[in-house]
Amino acid sequence: MRKTKDLAQLQAIARGVRRHIVEMTGAAKSGHPGGSLSAVETLVTLYFDVMNHDPANPRWADRDRFILSKGHAAPVLYAVMAECGYADTPVDQLNTLRKLGSVYQGHPDRRFIPSLEASTGSLGQGLSVAIGMGLAARLDGKAWRTYVVLGDGEIQEGQIWEAAMFGAFHKVDNVVAIVDYNRIQLDGFVKDIMELEPLADKWRAFGWQVVEPDGHDIASLQKAFAEAAATKGKPTVLIAHTIKGKGVSFMENNPKFHGVAPTPAEVEQALKELA
Amino acid sequence: MAAKAKFELKLGPATREAFGATLVELGRENKDIVVVDADLSKSTMTYGFSKEFPERFFTCGIAEANMVAIASGLAAAGKIPFAASFSAFLMTKGFEQLRVTVAYPNFNVKLVGTHSGISIGEDGPSQMSVEDLALACSLPGFTVIAPADGVATSALVRAATAMVGPVFIRTGRVKVPVVYAAGQQFEVGKAIELIEGSDVTLMAHGLMVAESIRAAETLEAEGISARVVDMHTIKPLDREAIHRAAAETGAIVVSEEHLVDGGLGVRVAQAVAELHPCVMEFVGIRNTYAESGTPDGLLDKYGLRAPEVAAAARRALARKK
Ligand SMILES: Cc1ncc(C[n+]2csc(CCOP(=O)(O)OP(=O)(O)O)c2C)c(N)n1
Ligand SMILES: [Mg+2]
Repeated sequence: MRKTKDLAQLQAIARGVRRHIVEMTGAAKSGHPGGSLSAVETLVTLYFDVMNHDPANPRWADRDRFILSKGHAAPVLYAVMAECGYADTPVDQLNTLRKLGSVYQGHPDRRFIPSLEASTGSLGQGLSVAIGMGLAARLDGKAWRTYVVLGDGEIQEGQIWEAAMFGAFHKVDNVVAIVDYNRIQLDGFVKDIMELEPLADKWRAFGWQVVEPDGHDIASLQKAFAEAAATKGKPTVLIAHTIKGKGVSFMENNPKFHGVAPTPAEVEQALKELA
Repeated sequence: MAAKAKFELKLGPATREAFGATLVELGRENKDIVVVDADLSKSTMTYGFSKEFPERFFTCGIAEANMVAIASGLAAAGKIPFAASFSAFLMTKGFEQLRVTVAYPNFNVKLVGTHSGISIGEDGPSQMSVEDLALACSLPGFTVIAPADGVATSALVRAATAMVGPVFIRTGRVKVPVVYAAGQQFEVGKAIELIEGSDVTLMAHGLMVAESIRAAETLEAEGISARVVDMHTIKPLDREAIHRAAAETGAIVVSEEHLVDGGLGVRVAQAVAELHPCVMEFVGIRNTYAESGTPDGLLDKYGLRAPEVAAAARRALARKK
């Protein structure tokens, strides 16, 4: 696969991933476009620049691990893995998303895509799993790292904070959590459902290194991941400031598109904007 | 009910929709009713209540375990809390709290699981609840209800509210066939015989009640007289209805949108073993998680349809001889 640090190339890949997300959810007539679109730059930066992985050898023992803890954003993960060229995520089947028999299940499912590191969909559990992986790498004296993407609504789950305590206490510095801070959850805006602020202070109080990149600025994300890699003795969280539905005007910051697919006309308009 | 009553089985509301509408009515009638929610009010249909009674509606964020224990505290102090979420999250993430802060002290909390079974469809197994009845029934003192249609849901949500003690009500995402005429009376713990029959009894809950009615119609054309019983209350079981079915028809088929392990079927089998052993067959999900697909496509693929119920009835009859 083509790994790159080049911003223009990464941005072009991100645009293509956005087009996939719109088309996939449109074809499925259901799914979660908003939280998929907000995480595009994060996943593209990880898969095409930061992470050590080999799509031709998905079980390579020393690969970095990735967990999409907010599993409902599966379309962004499927599109990114497909663009990477994983054999079990064919590009030409992306539009079978959510259909009976498709490998592209509604939420990431290892039974269908063995290259996935975890099956997710019930929120709140991925950080613990990632930290368990990090511990295993450390026990084995391995350099591979684990990345986990969390939703901002998701981190209302108590287990996230149990894991946060654990990660700092056991100094699991080979794990990086990314909070997709798009400020919207299912029922509306985070501030109206269960406010998280002061969020950076919370993570710091739990013993984590906190970096706050602009989650749509790839250079900002690259810098944040570099800071995470340089941080020793404690885990790092990226609070990625993002816009839910990013890239499609009528989806941006619109709670409706958390879990509603675009209509055919909306797909057409979105693809025009993403041309 | 008349022996040859014909069922139109026209599509009616989803049971979660009937729950949401009834909750608003109950809120108007009783100011002690309060609702806790875990970021799914637009899906569980507690949204209507939240708009009309914002001061009695508490968002918990995505935090089901906390939600259940908050409900426990509200109940301990005299409120009648309803806690709703997808059944999968309510029962699994909230289970320890249900055990220690609801079942153990026997508090008056009403739990409503929505999007149960596999008919939630495209979201797939992580959101599907196929073990919720096993979990709920394992809790001492719990009443467990799985209504078949909107009429049954409204009546049983009301009945659950009128009684004191923990109740779990299982509802679904999709629109389901109307089984009952408006005004049908329901009693918690008392099964409803929908079709009379003498050769075999088809028992079911939830959307498998309509499938069992369809199966009985198929069987009737083959000269087989199938009784259909809606076991809307999974716990406590209507042992009298089970005893009658075993003694009078000598064969029972239990159908459910749930794992066969731990569902209504094994509970009925236990009662049958104690009361009047007879031939039994089971239609349900066997030792697997399902997958993404349309609700109809999944019900077809996983064998939760009238033809499978009818086939099970024929197997039971063959074994009875
Ligand atoms: C344990 C659990 N509870 C509830 C849900 C239903 N659910 C799916 S997505 C979602 C909102 C998630 O919001 P957020 O984490 O902010 O995701 P994003 O904005 O990135 O889409 C909810 C409540 C779930 N999947 N898991
Ligand atoms: Mg969010």
